[in-house]
Amino acid sequence: MTALLSVENLTKRFPTRHGVVRAVEDVSFSMAPGETLALVGESGCGKTTVALTLLRLTRPDGGRVRFEGADLEGAGEKVEKAWRQRLSIVFQNPYSSLDPRMRIRDIVGEPLVTAYGLRGRALTEKVVKHLHEVGLGSEHLSRFPHEFSGGQRQRIAIARALALEPKLLILDEPTAALDVSVQAQVLNLLQALQTNLGLSYLFISHNLATVENIADRVLVMYLGRVVEQGPVEQVFAQPHHPYTRGLLDSVPSTDPRLRGRLKAVTGEVPSALNPPPGCAFAPRCARAREDCRAAPPPLMPAGAGRSHACLHPL
Amino acid sequence: MGNLLEIRDLKIEFPSLERTVKAVRGADLEVAKGEVMGLVGESGSGKSMTALACLGLVPPPGRVTGSVQLDGHEVVGASEAENERLRGAVAAMIFQNPGKALNPFFTLGRQLTDAIARVRVIPRAEAEQAALAALTEVRIGDPKVALHKYPHQVSGGQLQRVMIAMALACRPQLVIADEPTTALDVTIQAQVIVLLRDLAREHGLTVLFITHDLGVVGSLCDRLAVMYAGRVVESGPVDALFASPAHPYTASLLRAVPMLGRGRSVLTQIPGTVPNMAAPPPGCAFHPRCPSAGPRCAADDPVAREVAGMRSVACHYPLAAPSGAAEAAAIPVASQAGP
Repeated sequence: MTALLSVENLTKRFPTRHGVVRAVEDVSFSMAPGETLALVGESGCGKTTVALTLLRLTRPDGGRVRFEGADLEGAGEKVEKAWRQRLSIVFQNPYSSLDPRMRIRDIVGEPLVTAYGLRGRALTEKVVKHLHEVGLGSEHLSRFPHEFSGGQRQRIAIARALALEPKLLILDEPTAALDVSVQAQVLNLLQALQTNLGLSYLFISHNLATVENIADRVLVMYLGRVVEQGPVEQVFAQPHHPYTRGLLDSVPSTDPRLRGRLKAVTGEVPSALNPPPGCAFAPRCARAREDCRAAPPPLMPAGAGRSHACLHPL
Repeated sequence: MGNLLEIRDLKIEFPSLERTVKAVRGADLEVAKGEVMGLVGESGSGKSMTALACLGLVPPPGRVTGSVQLDGHEVVGASEAENERLRGAVAAMIFQNPGKALNPFFTLGRQLTDAIARVRVIPRAEAEQAALAALTEVRIGDPKVALHKYPHQVSGGQLQRVMIAMALACRPQLVIADEPTTALDVTIQAQVIVLLRDLAREHGLTVLFITHDLGVVGSLCDRLAVMYAGRVVESGPVDALFASPAHPYTASLLRAVPMLGRGRSVLTQIPGTVPNMAAPPPGCAFHPRCPSAGPRCAADDPVAREVAGMRSVACHYPLAAPSGAAEAAAIPVASQAGP
């Protein structure tokens, strides 16, 4: 099975007044068709930057990205435009990602107009079809975003993302801004869409419970690098990297009997302007030894589709 | 064991030209001395307004009626000067966003010292010592250095520790924390929860912890009150309430939220959306979304009534009456009962 998306040694740096921020360092992964890959990590770990480079909303400084076997590096504008039609994104906050002055018809239809020049009845039919896919009726066509609740807005954002019938959908914390009681609706909708349309998801989140609910594989990032990767079930049941363990132990449980299990990783994420020379997690890690502080450990295969970047794995 | 905080039939309304938003519609809540109480609800459920009302801080044009007894003092209708005496000294508040709660122009030390000197009415030198002690207590690395830093020079997690230090240094009996960990990363959130848990135990503090995160409640709180559409719909000890929720909203919420360890599953979703508080549904506000709504629910707003095991529920058709042995039962997430 060929990979739908393969990313090799992706690097992105942002020069600032205070120095260079290494947002993404040497990130490699691949995705199979129909798969959901979760990208998890705390704020500033580079997960959103990975998404933005995939969409070419920002240019990577190094590395190769291939989609359905085609290399994007050095490709012309035409190829890039075609690429953008296969790849789409749903942002975190549907209150800011939808233009308040546009009607739903135009929000969902805009990509179709831009890409195919669709108009009139053909356009309306397509828009209605995509609204139906997300569980909204055609009576909403001429309404404005403010007339909808958060969950409905996120449905509209999903319909817009689906307009060009992409293969891969990037979901950047799609439920984080929604009410708790509405999150399940959106997660279930995403699962149903995946089954019906054969979509692949790159699911960006800091919420491990949500990741467990929706993803097949998980990529844990820390300060711009991938520290662990593998099938969600295995990684969560038996993490190899101490940071993954720390993240899992930090999730408060609803079971009061497990109250004592909540353990906090000490310290904070170091600045990306001035990362430690070795493993970025070493300053917070109880297992760190001398060799951890020498050079960042590479991502090493650990069998069963898993890999980790740790010299002293659990 | 007396109640430090007693809220009776609290109503908060925000009138405007066209409509009146009923943010809180008759909430009842009791917090006993020394307990950590979780107040859970979605955005717009009125939980933050209830918290602000405890300190007489509901912003204009909010109209507050009902009763809030804080350590025996009636807050509703009291003068600003009377309430001012309670703030900090009897009850202190920690807000969601510490970056907004601190003044960017003054050092952390100055702001801590000011607050302590004012509330405890002690000389500045003594207040400075207290500030240093407070920072040490919330386990800030290098507290002496931290005193001279400005808010922008420290991280969000550290700032939240400073806010906790400020609240505790004034030696209140009650700490009201309004989503203090929501803006923080998971590992930092865990640090703050563990810190609050330890401090509450050491000082015998009473805590009213407001959150939308059931996990945070499970790992921090003794008791829990669930708010929906401006009312407390259910309250009781956390373990019993999670094991056998009596209100359909609580039960639905527990099944709708992804929880670690549940694996890949289709979530039991709650249909519909949170009601518009300018025009809440008649009867029980949850009935349009409720799986077990009956004929009475649309007409008749249920009042909260006591059930076994120090619990109360506001529902005409509560789920399987909780028994005293509830705490031994497994949490519902494992059994996945229900439709």
